Amino acid sequence: MNESAAATVVGYVAESLATYGRDPRHLLQHLIRIQSRFSFVPDAAVEALAEALGVTRTQVRAAIAFYAFLHARPRGAFEIRFSDNITDRMLGNQRLLRLLASRLRLDGLPGWGHDLIRADGRVSIGLASCTGMCDQGPALLVNGQAVTNLDAGRIDRIADLVEEGVALAHWPGELFRVSSNIRRRGLLLSNAATDGAALRRLLDDGAQAALAEVERSGLRGRGGAGFTTALKWRFCREAPGTERYVVCNADEGEPGTFKDRVLLTDYADLVCEGMTVCAGVIGARRGFIYLRGEYRYLLPHLEAVLSRRRGDGLLGRAILGREGFDFDIEIHLGAGAYICGEESALIESLEGKRGVTRKRPPFPVTSGFDDQPTVVNNVETFLAAARVVQWGGYWLRGEGTDQSAGSKILSVSGDCARPGIYEYPFGTPIHQVLTDCGAESVQAVQISGAAGRTLAPADFDRIIAFEDLPTAGSFMVFGQNRDLLDMVRNFAAFFAHESCGFCTPCRVGGALLRNLVEKVAAGQGSEYDLTEMRHIGAVMRRASYCGLGHTAPNHVLDTLDKVPEIYRRRLASQTHTPSFDLDAALSEARALTGRTDSGATLHETMEAMT
Amino acid sequence: MSRTFRLDGREIPFAPGQTIMDAALAAGVYIPHLCHNPEFAPHGSCRVCVVDIGGRQVSACTAAASEGLEVDSASEMIQATRRAILQMLFVEGNHVCPACEKSGDCQLQAVAYYVGMLTPHFTHFFPRRSIDASHPDVIIDFNRCILCELCVRASRDHDGKRVFAISGRGLDSHLVIESPSGKLGDSAFAKEDKAAQVCPTGAILPKHRGYETPIGRRLYDREPISIVGDTRAPGNRQSAREVD
Amino acid sequence: MAARIRVATASLCGCFGCHMSLLDIDERFLDLVERVDLDRTPLTDIKTFGDCDLALVEGGVANVENVEVLLEIRRRCKILVAFGACAVNGGIPAMRNQVSLGECLRESYMNGIGLERPGIPNDPEIPLLLDRVHPIHEVVAVDHVLPGCPPSADAIWTFLSALLDGRPIDYAYTQIHYD
Repeated sequence: MNESAAATVVGYVAESLATYGRDPRHLLQHLIRIQSRFSFVPDAAVEALAEALGVTRTQVRAAIAFYAFLHARPRGAFEIRFSDNITDRMLGNQRLLRLLASRLRLDGLPGWGHDLIRADGRVSIGLASCTGMCDQGPALLVNGQAVTNLDAGRIDRIADLVEEGVALAHWPGELFRVSSNIRRRGLLLSNAATDGAALRRLLDDGAQAALAEVERSGLRGRGGAGFTTALKWRFCREAPGTERYVVCNADEGEPGTFKDRVLLTDYADLVCEGMTVCAGVIGARRGFIYLRGEYRYLLPHLEAVLSRRRGDGLLGRAILGREGFDFDIEIHLGAGAYICGEESALIESLEGKRGVTRKRPPFPVTSGFDDQPTVVNNVETFLAAARVVQWGGYWLRGEGTDQSAGSKILSVSGDCARPGIYEYPFGTPIHQVLTDCGAESVQAVQISGAAGRTLAPADFDRIIAFEDLPTAGSFMVFGQNRDLLDMVRNFAAFFAHESCGFCTPCRVGGALLRNLVEKVAAGQGSEYDLTEMRHIGAVMRRASYCGLGHTAPNHVLDTLDKVPEIYRRRLASQTHTPSFDLDAALSEARALTGRTDSGATLHETMEAMT
Repeated sequence: MSRTFRLDGREIPFAPGQTIMDAALAAGVYIPHLCHNPEFAPHGSCRVCVVDIGGRQVSACTAAASEGLEVDSASEMIQATRRAILQMLFVEGNHVCPACEKSGDCQLQAVAYYVGMLTPHFTHFFPRRSIDASHPDVIIDFNRCILCELCVRASRDHDGKRVFAISGRGLDSHLVIESPSGKLGDSAFAKEDKAAQVCPTGAILPKHRGYETPIGRRLYDREPISIVGDTRAPGNRQSAREVD
Repeated sequence: MAARIRVATASLCGCFGCHMSLLDIDERFLDLVERVDLDRTPLTDIKTFGDCDLALVEGGVANVENVEVLLEIRRRCKILVAFGACAVNGGIPAMRNQVSLGECLRESYMNGIGLERPGIPNDPEIPLLLDRVHPIHEVVAVDHVLPGCPPSADAIWTFLSALLDGRPIDYAYTQIHYD
């Protein structure tokens, strides 16, 4: 980089510092801005940020290397990332990826951690884990903005716009249209209206009464783990600390889930209201929405909601005129890291660091952001909490089961006629959802995402509830004509890519598992490999540090149990097969020596083996 | 009356705030571990100290001791899990014991012996990693790094230097060095640093001290780590010196 | 195991150190030959395999010949033992996995000092190299493992005598080492 370019970088960093401050916890936010301005984070920016924020340059570089959307080397002026969830694949994203690559004269295909970058710097193509557009895929991100409903026509237009160098701001708006696709409204979705009623109720009745309503409602966290919300709020309220924080987990990274995107689009006011109610109950003055990088297109909309609420006296100083009730919300962006959906990793990321899970205990309720008591709740949980405080705990209890009060919002995608958002009372059986979404001849449902469980038809009478099938909301449908091994390959690659690398079983086991799945898929596996997959999966489940590692082998273990034929039909006849392709391992030596004699191949030997 | 929990049937006294590992070590009961060093805050990343409490597996170094716990550290399931974790560490890096100066004094190796690991078993990754010999007194062989972060913690919490950090994620996680060139010789690191003393493998080694103690007479050559103790942890009967 | 058993040994990409260590069992060899018949092994220079009960394989898998011998031995034997560090994890030869085969061969045969006729050997008589050196369990199923560079004579004897007696193999602490 020449001097003037470096000066431009340093100037931009200075601007960012002037606007957003020198709190080291803003490191990630600065990096995201620098990345989007320069298509990478230049060394000059690393040095300038380290200096200004008082952090080491390795901390800056480590963050860049950790987050999938940050790069130490330039990407294209148009940085394109194809969402590569299994649902995108089922909708043909591989064909479109090849089409775009060829239209843009790029050779090969991108892989995880391997982007195609055109020599002229105009464009690059890479992959992204599920971008949360599964009901309107295939999808991609171009410079962080979501493009949905991809087809050959759209790919052609994108290629033209890139070649013509049309600035993103001037691309046709319809490319960026994202639909909410709400198909079934229940307790929460049937009414989006809010005028601060929950807050007035809080102020009228007091924090204790509000908390009592949340307690009465039996509300449990909607992010998947199902911890009792009132308990979390009470622990936080009673924990010693100088400050308290409210964090909305909008890092909706679980493959196949997109309901939080819709809630933040159409129900953002209620979500903010829930956060503000929580702040009132626990005594917080600052809150954060941790918004996944894939949803950064929602940033202007969310900022507008926050700003309007400030204007309406629902946020900021002396909320609704009550002296001492001060609370405001900042939005922090993520940058492509599934692990940051785990609450302690999310807090690390909020503090600008690599999103690595913290040791627990202490839990965030006693030691969270800035080591202060912090409530982290899912988007949907805050939405429900706002209504519970407004309408009372019995309102939520009116639906659901004894252990699972209220409703669950599902993100339905895959092989069905009507993918989208469905809200059901807890206790709804799987077959009901399948009927409603127009899914026929269903082979399997993957519930609660890649980390969830694989359900075969024998499971379709089971119910969605914490006591039977808990779910964070992802509901992916696989028709009879699908090869479920494609799903397994996709998820295994996903978990190997998204492991934070902190603990041994997840870091190494996840990679071993992915390699074995690929080996079997290539027709080179044996019965022995299936035993190995079970063994590695069991160790990951048992010994991993956090939920990511505990759940990462679920899809392999479930499919081995329920649909073993997807593996078996590809196995070689031997009981054991080499871990690598013997003959391919000779190709380098063949090229170096130019040998073509019979001793230069292992074909005959390998044939003799079978 | 002091509080106790049971570890493999044995009563272990503990003080409030102690972890299972703290209490076990204090009672002279060995639970295999790599990323744990009593001088530093528990880390919980290697997972070697996994124990079973009522069907739940936790790391002994991070789990709080509490009255009446029944902790299983010896069942075949726990042993097999530990072996598998060790095997994962061995195939992840390039651990060529016959060519390593740390062999015999190496905690990774000793723990692997202790858990009965005869083979790395899994498919080796054979990653291509470098060696940093830029520092006059200390060499870093990244092939042997197991990401325990003891050097990271020692440099940050003890030496006040922050020479080391972990970068990347997943299997690409790797140790990095805080210096303009990224080289150790260019950093604030000194051989007297605590961070130079804590590596449980041969990743961080002093230069100019090749094979002073012959193979066969090293720390773990005659007796297991459960008796000898960690390579450098204080309070052990022996430090890194030859056994006889 | 009362009946005599048939034993083969082979050295793939190794240094024969494990075989030397086998000879170090000294007078116990007399016990051994009372109870085993030797099949193909470098110790007798028998070059072809028959069907065996037990095979000890030293060395990793580095070239075509290693692969062929290993596959043949796996077909012929009932119990296959990874014998020593190289068979177990690739050992010292696997350190070449740190560089590409091209770099390795160019350094040895093109750019090395004192080469009279630089050139990468391409004679069909020379077994072609694999791009990486592998431990034997990455090519065939392995039944038993005897680590060590080399395994000590005592460890070898513990293993063999237990196997011959049909006892569980119980190594003393000092018998297991990786170096």
